[in-house]
Amino acid sequence: MFPFSFEWIWDLSHMIFMGGLWYSLTILGLGMTYCILKTVIDTMHGKGGHNH
Amino acid sequence: MDSALIPEGVNRCSFGKFAIGIIIVGGVLLWGVYAMLLIWLKGLNQTNMNDYYGFALWIWADLGVIALGGGAFFTGLLRYIIGKDELKNIINYAVLIGFICYSSALLILAIDIGQPLRGWFIFWHANVHSMLTEVAFCLSCYFAVLTIEYIPLILENRQIDKVPFFHNLAHNMHEVMAIFAATGAFLSFFHQGSLGGVAGVLYSRPFAFREGIFIWPWTFFLFTWSAAAYGPCFTLFVTRLTEKISGKKLVKQNVIDLLAKISGWTMGTYLIAKIIDTWYWATVSAPSMGFNLIDFYSNNSFYGIWILVAEIVICGIIPASILLTPKGRSNSTLLFTAVSLACIGVLLNRWVMVLQVMAIPVMTFENWVLYIPSWQEVATTILPVAYGIILIMISFRYLPIFPQERELNP
Repeated sequence: MFPFSFEWIWDLSHMIFMGGLWYSLTILGLGMTYCILKTVIDTMHGKGGHNH
Repeated sequence: MDSALIPEGVNRCSFGKFAIGIIIVGGVLLWGVYAMLLIWLKGLNQTNMNDYYGFALWIWADLGVIALGGGAFFTGLLRYIIGKDELKNIINYAVLIGFICYSSALLILAIDIGQPLRGWFIFWHANVHSMLTEVAFCLSCYFAVLTIEYIPLILENRQIDKVPFFHNLAHNMHEVMAIFAATGAFLSFFHQGSLGGVAGVLYSRPFAFREGIFIWPWTFFLFTWSAAAYGPCFTLFVTRLTEKISGKKLVKQNVIDLLAKISGWTMGTYLIAKIIDTWYWATVSAPSMGFNLIDFYSNNSFYGIWILVAEIVICGIIPASILLTPKGRSNSTLLFTAVSLACIGVLLNRWVMVLQVMAIPVMTFENWVLYIPSWQEVATTILPVAYGIILIMISFRYLPIFPQERELNP
């Protein structure tokens, strides 16, 4: 649910619940985006032969 | 036949033996899938749920696997946030077990909601006053976290790892894993707690209702605490089982000992809180609502006081005592007994908090209502077990799950 959905109400419950969901999804999304972008750059620079 | 896919330096059984195992467990899986399709195509009339049992075997299985899967978030928290470095040797397996448990929980929910095509309603038309909404949000997000934690393991397969992009991706995901682990711990705290909260706020069910702090009943904290305590026991249980079946030592004793010790302390403190909670509920809360303790455990053919004793003493205090003593932890048989009892204990707790709650009469004109699941419910509950065994078999064969395996089995 987003603030532009018809059932959205600007109250604490909606902000905490939906805010928590978006916050978590944002962290996961940004984390994975960072990993993928860094991987693309690393691979373009010829990395890939070292151990973890 | 598939030796090029097996991690270097480890021995696995022949492909034929592996395939036979997959086929046998796959048969059970197909039985579950058949029952699942019956439920999806014909509806929830395939179950024995009724007006008394809106929550039934599936919800118990859901709560059970989520508690047992708690080993993933707690071990992740200990490894990445608190810095218990030794646990890096068991964290992969904890993640795999967590991934299986949480995907199973989501599968069971997809069956239980009756209309899986409307599953997304809970996100889009969320009821923000429901603890179950919080559970659905956190459960889905945490499953995403577990998937993110499981992906690098897949990428470390001997052949996949040869591709530079995948090698780099696995490396980069490991680098930021602490962020994902912290997010996972945050999400787990809330969904484990809210599952307990659902029972605790049932003020018309004196067996489940508990006082608490702000909006959270004590069961909220007890559920999170118990998942942190008993979840690692399930990780240790499956690890030991895998060792017995494969005939190999997979994790060093100091790692097992550390996780068992932490689990023992968490379980010990949980049990103190649980006993205080039970005592207060039995002597203050329930009598204030017109019930005596024994009312919840008599006049029926199944729920006797034995279930309380089994949960708290036999499957609680006894395994905690074993895990808290160095002698208990170092004795392989005692350790296995302790973690097995602990797993049964947390499953009993969830059973009581889901099914006994429904069985107990709350009105003077009501009787105890016992429930026997239909074969479709049983089959769909066994389905995730079969799926889990297959995923463990495949992962153990093709992925470097145990970093110490080569050293321990030269």
